[in-house]
Amino acid sequence: MKPVIEVENLVKKFGNFVANDSLTFSVFPGEIFGFLGANGAGKTTTIKILCGLSAPTSGKVSVAGYDVYRHSELIKKNIGYMSQKFSLYEDLSITENFQFYGGIYGLSRNEIRERTKALLNRLDFLKAQNEVLRNIPQGWKQKLAFSVAVMHQPKVVFLDEPTGGVDPITRRQFWELIYEQANNGTTIFVTTHYMDEAEYCGRVSIMVDGKIEALDSPEKLKNQFAVNSMNDVFVKLARAAK
Amino acid sequence: MRTVIFILQKEFRQIFRDKIMLPIIFIVPVVQLLILSYTATFEIKNTRIVIVDQDHSQASRELVFHFESSSFFKVVARQQNYQQASEWLQNGDADQLIVIEADFEKKIKTNQPAKVLLVTDAINGSAASLMNAYAQQVIQGFNKNLLAERVPFQNRPIQIKVEPLFWYNPKLNYITYMVPGILVLLVTIIGFFLSGMNIVKEKEMGTIEQINVTPIKKWQFITGKLLPFWLIALFDLVFGLGIAKVVFNIPFLGSFPLLMGVAAVYLLVVLAMGLLVSNLSDTMQQSMFISWFFLVIFILMSGLFTPIESMPEWAQWFNKINPIAYFITINRMIMLKGSGFSDFSESFYVLSAYAILILMLAVNRYKKVKA
Amino acid sequence: MKGFVVKEFLHIFRDHRTMLILFGMPIAQVLLFGFAITNEINHASIAVFDKARDSKSLELQQKLTASGYFDINMQLENTKSIEKAFQSGKVKEIVVIPPQFEKTLELDQPTTIQLINDASDPNTANLISSYTSAILMDFAASINPQANSLPVTTETTMLYNPELKGVFMFVPGTITILLMLVSAMMTSISIAREKEMGTMEVLLISPLKPYQIILGKVLPYVVFSFVNAMVILILAYSIFEMPVNGSLLLLLAESLLFILMALAMGLFISTVSNSQQTAMLLSMFALMLPTILLSGFVFPVENMPLALQWLSHLMPSKWFIIIVKSIMLKGLGIAYLWQETLIILLMAFIFIILSIKKFEVRLKLK
Repeated sequence: MKPVIEVENLVKKFGNFVANDSLTFSVFPGEIFGFLGANGAGKTTTIKILCGLSAPTSGKVSVAGYDVYRHSELIKKNIGYMSQKFSLYEDLSITENFQFYGGIYGLSRNEIRERTKALLNRLDFLKAQNEVLRNIPQGWKQKLAFSVAVMHQPKVVFLDEPTGGVDPITRRQFWELIYEQANNGTTIFVTTHYMDEAEYCGRVSIMVDGKIEALDSPEKLKNQFAVNSMNDVFVKLARAAK
Repeated sequence: MRTVIFILQKEFRQIFRDKIMLPIIFIVPVVQLLILSYTATFEIKNTRIVIVDQDHSQASRELVFHFESSSFFKVVARQQNYQQASEWLQNGDADQLIVIEADFEKKIKTNQPAKVLLVTDAINGSAASLMNAYAQQVIQGFNKNLLAERVPFQNRPIQIKVEPLFWYNPKLNYITYMVPGILVLLVTIIGFFLSGMNIVKEKEMGTIEQINVTPIKKWQFITGKLLPFWLIALFDLVFGLGIAKVVFNIPFLGSFPLLMGVAAVYLLVVLAMGLLVSNLSDTMQQSMFISWFFLVIFILMSGLFTPIESMPEWAQWFNKINPIAYFITINRMIMLKGSGFSDFSESFYVLSAYAILILMLAVNRYKKVKA
Repeated sequence: MKGFVVKEFLHIFRDHRTMLILFGMPIAQVLLFGFAITNEINHASIAVFDKARDSKSLELQQKLTASGYFDINMQLENTKSIEKAFQSGKVKEIVVIPPQFEKTLELDQPTTIQLINDASDPNTANLISSYTSAILMDFAASINPQANSLPVTTETTMLYNPELKGVFMFVPGTITILLMLVSAMMTSISIAREKEMGTMEVLLISPLKPYQIILGKVLPYVVFSFVNAMVILILAYSIFEMPVNGSLLLLLAESLLFILMALAMGLFISTVSNSQQTAMLLSMFALMLPTILLSGFVFPVENMPLALQWLSHLMPSKWFIIIVKSIMLKGLGIAYLWQETLIILLMAFIFIILSIKKFEVRLKLK
């Protein structure tokens, strides 16, 4: 199976500071891939490169079959993105946000209408569709941002710390959404610093100080480090690094 | 193309939903026009003068009468001597002193030059020049009367009479001069300031990242951002023209479509510049400061307040890249003198080229991908 | 507390762009005002409609050019070209010399020279017309002293600014605007930003007392505005020879007072603003714009409608500009200026009290 994300020796420097130090990994279609690491480890940097928001310093990177140096615009047609900072329009309503992004991705007005309805129904949020986003609670905003990101049925969805600052129940609901999307064939690339969420992923990589120190399924990693939880795996790695 | 429509839809929704925007589009122009027109004046009326008449003769009283009846002057005091009078200048209670020397009448009668001393508070240099010019005019009027009286004795009329005529603004109304300029200022602020701030707002809020991740093309995004303000600025121009006509009765001698055509091109330049500024700014405060910096310099040099012709060479060269200077000149020409396209075609072509250049530059500089 | 102040300083310093503009803007303005902004007539472009074309008319034209005030750029042939000349914007005045000019003068006959002015700019038209008349009268006097010499002549003295330098008018205003901008506007935005980001709450909970927070926020701006004002004064002195005829100490003291007042205003604005944008717009429209227009900075207030003149009395900036001009250019002391000083003191007081009240309301509501 051809990987949907291929990264080989990716380096990203900001001046003299090396944020990403020679990363190599691949993600396969339909996977839920967890990109883990502590805050400041370099996860957001990588995700921005994969999304075509930032250019790599060196290394080979391809997403959805396209080279990130030469065809970043083509990549963008095939991906969805949910940033760490909430970035839908607070002064527009839910429907208006969906309309806008749907239109940008080339969906017809009918498609936009149908998919919005379906997505909102799934969230059981249809009645609030004309509410301005500013008035909606945090947890719901995040679920909505996710829905917008997958509305155009992209091959890959990039989620940067999607469950930050949200209660455990909402987090669980969010992951249910992620599972459903993965079952539909979408590849999920999610970064998080919550180690318990790592258990939900098919495979995970753990970044420490800009380097990937571990890359495998949660099961295998726990066996490898002889511990019971992903959190412990991480602690062992972090200690070794410093 | 469809994409642009979606973007425009979103932009217009946001603009009209922004509680601050609507007053800015409708109320601020009105207020600005009204207030600026009355405050932005270099007109000097009612110069406050103190008279020191050291002669106390019929001739000196006659001269004082001339000053009193002049609409340009207001006699605020009469003093006995220079010392007392200069207190008034020091206190800021008067602008000018008129000192008539003792022997004034005697000298006139014996055909010797009689002197009048004009002492002006010249802190405001321009105002001082004007005040002086007006005072000279009053004294010339007095002179003419004297000569006319003398003439029967000598049988010689004044030989060279100078007759000034004032076209286009015969009443020398300063507001007529300023209002067209203020209109330009108005639309420039909307086009430059607001459009730039709008883009930086997205940067500051983070929504620009979401935009950059989509397949949206640069030109689509930029069109979506600039077009609404282009339309709003043009609308405000028409709106402002209406107010100018109704409230101030400003003449409009030239062609309305011509003015709108020039405005349309001018706004492209201004919008593109706003875009450039937004590229340089990360926060709204920065954007505001940088915009303000350039705007103030351009406006001061544009001939809005002081004539371009009075500026030194280097300033005139600078104005070749000052779009505001172009539009202010052309606007005044069309409105106040009825000039036609052929009168300023060269400037128009330069402005158009400028628009294309800056738009290309701004679009080029906008990066969806950070290096 | 010291750490807090240092943090604020660094925060502002790091914003290079704003720094550049804060310092660059006043300097640019002073230079512009000093060199470019003037109403004076300087090689004004005029045209001559010479119906005589004899040696006397030529002499007249030469005299006009020799004055340095005028450049004769067009010779008109007929009446129709007058309108064209104005519409093209190429000339500001047309001097019409009647036919047989020389002959008429020789025969001691009266003659009239018309000056047609483009009065779309009335001030310039006035000055140009005035200067042209003066030159013509001079010309007339040289030809026929007896018939044309003027009984009354004038001697002009320009006080406080003999060379009529534009800077003298604008430097006090520029300093005022700067102080207002930095001390009032930037302070209000900075505090509003903390409110907006929510970090204000964090500060309020910290061991720092409210007045310490305010002081820490405000101190860097005080220093910046002071330094900036100094730079402007030095610039004005070195390039334009603008003096400080009065007491420098008094000037500095009054400046500090004004800064205090501006800070109080900025504080007040921040207490009524919920977001940066509001603070910005409020500062701009309620503070900066009125200051620029109504304080006598550029436009003489005496010529505005009465209502606006009354309004300008409410502007502290207006009083401060008077103070600065009086000290620098007239060399006056506190004896002349105590009234204006008192007004500024009073306003500072009012705003401080208002701000404290507003602040307390917020704290109580929490």
